[in-house]
Amino acid sequence: MGWLSSYRMRRRRRYSRVRAWVKSRELTTVQDRTGQIRKNDILIFSTFRNEDVRLPFFLKYYREKGVNHFVMVDNDSDDGGREYLASQPDVSLWTTTASYKGSRFGVDWLNWLQQRYGHDHWCLVVDPDELFVYPFCDTRPIRALTDWLDASAIRSFGAMLLDMYPKGRVDEFVYNRGQDPLEIASWFDSGNYSIYKNSEYYNLWIQGGPRQRMFFPDEPWRAPALNKTPLVRWDKRYAYVSSTHMILPRGLNLVYDETGGEKASGVLLHTKFLNTLSVKAREELERGQHYADSAEYKAYASGLAQSPDLWCKWSEKYINWRQLEILGLMSKGNWA
Amino acid sequence: MTVGIVMLVHTALDRAEQVIRHWVAGGCPVVIHVDKSVKAATYNAFVASLSDLPTVLFSKRHRCEWGTWGIVAASQSASELMLEKFPDVRHVYLASGSCLPLRPVKELRRYLDARPRTDFIESATTADVPWTVGGLDFERFTLRFPFSWRKHRLLFDKYVEFQRKMKIRRRIPAGLVPHMGSQWWCLTRQTLSAILQAPDREMYDRYFRRVWIPDESYFQSLSRVYSQNIESRSLTLSKFDFQGKPHIFYDDHLQLLRRSDCFVARKIWPHADRLYDTFLGDAAGAMKGSEPNPGKIDRIFAKAVERRTRGRPGLYMQSRYPHMNWENGFSSSPYSVFEGFTELFEDFEPWLAKATGGRVHGHLFAPERVEFDGRQAAFSGAMSDNPKIRDYNARMFLTNLIWNTRGERQCFQFGPRDSQYVSWDMAKDPNAQISVISGAWAVPLFQSNRNFADIRTEAAHLQRVESDHLHALRSTYAKARIRIWTMVEFIESPMEALQNIVDEITGKSVRRLTEAPRMIDLTGFGQFLQNLKNQGMHPYLMGDFPVDPTSGTAQPKPRKPYLVR
Repeated sequence: MGWLSSYRMRRRRRYSRVRAWVKSRELTTVQDRTGQIRKNDILIFSTFRNEDVRLPFFLKYYREKGVNHFVMVDNDSDDGGREYLASQPDVSLWTTTASYKGSRFGVDWLNWLQQRYGHDHWCLVVDPDELFVYPFCDTRPIRALTDWLDASAIRSFGAMLLDMYPKGRVDEFVYNRGQDPLEIASWFDSGNYSIYKNSEYYNLWIQGGPRQRMFFPDEPWRAPALNKTPLVRWDKRYAYVSSTHMILPRGLNLVYDETGGEKASGVLLHTKFLNTLSVKAREELERGQHYADSAEYKAYASGLAQSPDLWCKWSEKYINWRQLEILGLMSKGNWA
Repeated sequence: MTVGIVMLVHTALDRAEQVIRHWVAGGCPVVIHVDKSVKAATYNAFVASLSDLPTVLFSKRHRCEWGTWGIVAASQSASELMLEKFPDVRHVYLASGSCLPLRPVKELRRYLDARPRTDFIESATTADVPWTVGGLDFERFTLRFPFSWRKHRLLFDKYVEFQRKMKIRRRIPAGLVPHMGSQWWCLTRQTLSAILQAPDREMYDRYFRRVWIPDESYFQSLSRVYSQNIESRSLTLSKFDFQGKPHIFYDDHLQLLRRSDCFVARKIWPHADRLYDTFLGDAAGAMKGSEPNPGKIDRIFAKAVERRTRGRPGLYMQSRYPHMNWENGFSSSPYSVFEGFTELFEDFEPWLAKATGGRVHGHLFAPERVEFDGRQAAFSGAMSDNPKIRDYNARMFLTNLIWNTRGERQCFQFGPRDSQYVSWDMAKDPNAQISVISGAWAVPLFQSNRNFADIRTEAAHLQRVESDHLHALRSTYAKARIRIWTMVEFIESPMEALQNIVDEITGKSVRRLTEAPRMIDLTGFGQFLQNLKNQGMHPYLMGDFPVDPTSGTAQPKPRKPYLVR
C-alpha cells in the first residue's frame, strides 16, 4: 500500500502548510530585515521565550560559523531579549503572544517563515540553547558543509540532541550573559541511547541520555526524543511535523544508512541544564505549554528539587567534535 | 618550450582567475573553456577581467553536463586552439577551475622538459580495474546513453535495462581498445595533435558521443592508439569517493597537500583562502621543509570511503542504523556469556575476573536490576542499572555496552530468570562466546527456603525458558561460539571445561589454571530433583543426576574444592 501511505503523507504535508498559514496571522513583525538575504545565504530559524541571557552567545556562535541571517520568533518574552534582538543587524524578528502549544511548539510559525524566506536556502532550525556541531566544525564553516552536501546531492543533515550538564547541582553555577555555556555544562552521556525506527515517517526515534536516566526511569518510553534533522536545503513545499524530529516529505528523514555504512552527521549540544532551568521549569509548568502536558518540565521540577546532580562517574567531559566522532555519537561519513 | 594549460571552468570564476594569473606568471599560456551554462554577463565580465593577459585565450563554448560528451568537446576545442596559437607549447595540461598548482610552475616545466616525449595520462583497460561505480564498466562502451543521468535517471536506467535485455550491443571501432582513467591528463603536442587531426576522428567522435562518461575514456583510449610513450598516471592529485565524486580539499588539508609531492591538486573548495594564499603566494616556500608523504592522502580518503560504505561494526547511531543482518557485525568486539556458572560456583565472578583479566558482570539482564561489575548504579557510557530502561531496548543495551567498553573483554552471566530479549541476538552474534551449564538454575531453588509448590512452578517456568534459549543456541542461525553441558556432564570434569573457556578468552595461554572456583555443596540435590519428578515436573535439562544418594558412593564429608596442579 505504498501509494496509500504516500497519499496520506502528502495530505499531512498539505495540512501542515495550511496550518502554518493560519498560524502566521498570530505573528507580528518587529523587525524585518529579510531584504538583506542574498542567494545562497545560510539562515537560522528559531523561536524563543525569555532567553535574553543566552542570545548574545547564540548569535556569536553561529555568526562565527558563517550563518548569514537569523529569522527569529519571540513568544511573549518580557526579559528584554526581544529588544536586544531587534537591534541586531542580521536578525529579522517576529513576535507573538499566542499559545506555543497551539502552534505545535513553534513548528507552525517557523514553517510559515521558512516557506516565505527559506526557499532554496540551507536552513538551520535550532533553539537558543542548542549549539550545532558538525564534522570539522573547528576548521571549516557551515558553508563548507552545505557546499559538500550540495555536491553530494544530499538535502538534509541529521544532528542528534546531546544533553549537556554541569558536574554538580544544576543551580550551583551561575551562567552569565555572553558566556560560553559549555564552560559550565560540559558533561554528557556518551553511550546509553536507544534507537527505534519510525516506520511511518522513516525517522529514527532516539531516546536516552541524562533525561531518561534521571527523570524517566520508570517510563523510559516517555523520555524526550533526541533525533533531529535541523539542517535542510529548504523548499517551500517542505514542512516540519513535530519539532525538527520529523519532516515531510519523508525522504528527508533518511539521514542514516541502512546497509552498514555511516552517513555524515552532527550533534546539537543542548545546554539546557544551567541555573536558568529551575526558574524556567516552574514557569513552564504553570503555563503548561510544552510537549505531552509538560511531562518533561514536571519531571525537572521534581527531579531538580530531589536529586539535582545529573553527573555520574561515567559522564564524559566534552572536548571537541572528534571526541564525539570517536565515541560514535556523530560521524564524518565520507567527508574528509 | 613550455606547457600550455587548458582550463575547463564553470563556477568560482574569481578563483579560476587567480590560478590563471599564477600559470601565466610562470610562463604558461592558458586557453579557457567556460561552460555554456554560465550567464553571458558573467562570462563577459570574466573575459574582461583577464583581457590584460595576452597569452590567455577563450575557446568555443560547449554545454558541459557531467557524464556527457560536452566535456570532451570542450577539451577538443580548447586544445585545438592551444596547439594552433601557441607553437612553443610542447605539453598540454588539462585542468579545471578548481585545480590548484601545489609546486612552482617552474618545477613542472622543468619536469616536463626532462620528459619531452612522455604522455601523462592514466589509462587502464576496464577488464583489469574495478574502479567504476554503479556497475557500468565495460558496458559504457557497448551500450548507448542518449539520456541524461542527472535529469532523466529513470529513462537512463530503463534504457540500459532494455538494451541488456534485448542484447543490443554497439560495435567498438576496429583497432580501439577501451581504456579508462582520470580525466585530467597532460599530453605531448605530438600525441594530442595526432588524436585531434586523425583522419578517422569523425568516426571516433561519433562512437564516443554515445559512450557513458566519455571524458574518462576518449583521450585515454585514443592516446593508446597514437602515443609512443605513455606513463599511466595523472599529474593531478584527485581523489574520488564511493559515488565517483571528487573529494574536496579545505584549509585544514594544508599540511597534507604540502607533503603530497604532486604538481596540481583537485578539487579545492573555492573558500579555502589559506590554501590559495599559501600555494599561489610563494609556492616554493609552501612545499619546502616538509618530507613528501603522498601515501597519507590516500589513507585518509580511503578511510573516509570505508567509513561511508562499511562503517564501524557494532555501532548503532543516528546516521548508522543497519537493517537486521546488514550490520556487518552485530556487536563491536568479542564478549563472553556464562549461563549456570554463578549458580554452581560460589565465587565465580571474582574467580573469572582474576583468571581472564576481563570485566565480569553479574546477571546484566536480571529482573531486579542490571548487575554491573561491582553492582555499580551506572556503567561505561553512563548506562543506567534500571531494568526498565534496559528492557525498553535490550538489544541496544547489549550493543551499547560492548561498544562503550571497546578494548576490554566483557563477561556476564545469563540465565532463564533474566529477561530474554537478546537470546536470539546473542546466539546469532559471532562475537559472543556462550557457555551454558544447562539445568543449573535448579541449584538456587534447591537452596531456597520456599514452599515446594512455588518451587515446582518456578522450576517448570525456568526449564521452559531455558529450553527455548537452548533452541536458539542450537538452531542453524546460531553463529556464536557455543558450548553446552548438562549439569551432570559439567560436574564430571569442570576444570577441563573452565580451562577451555578461559584459554579462548585470553587467547590460548599455556598457563594452567591453578585455582578453581568453589563449587556449591550439592548433597541432596539428586533427591531434590527426584521430589520435583514425583510432583510431576520432570527436570531434564541437568542430565541424569544420581537420583538416590544412597545408591552412589556415600560421601560423609562435604566435597573439597577442586585443585589442579
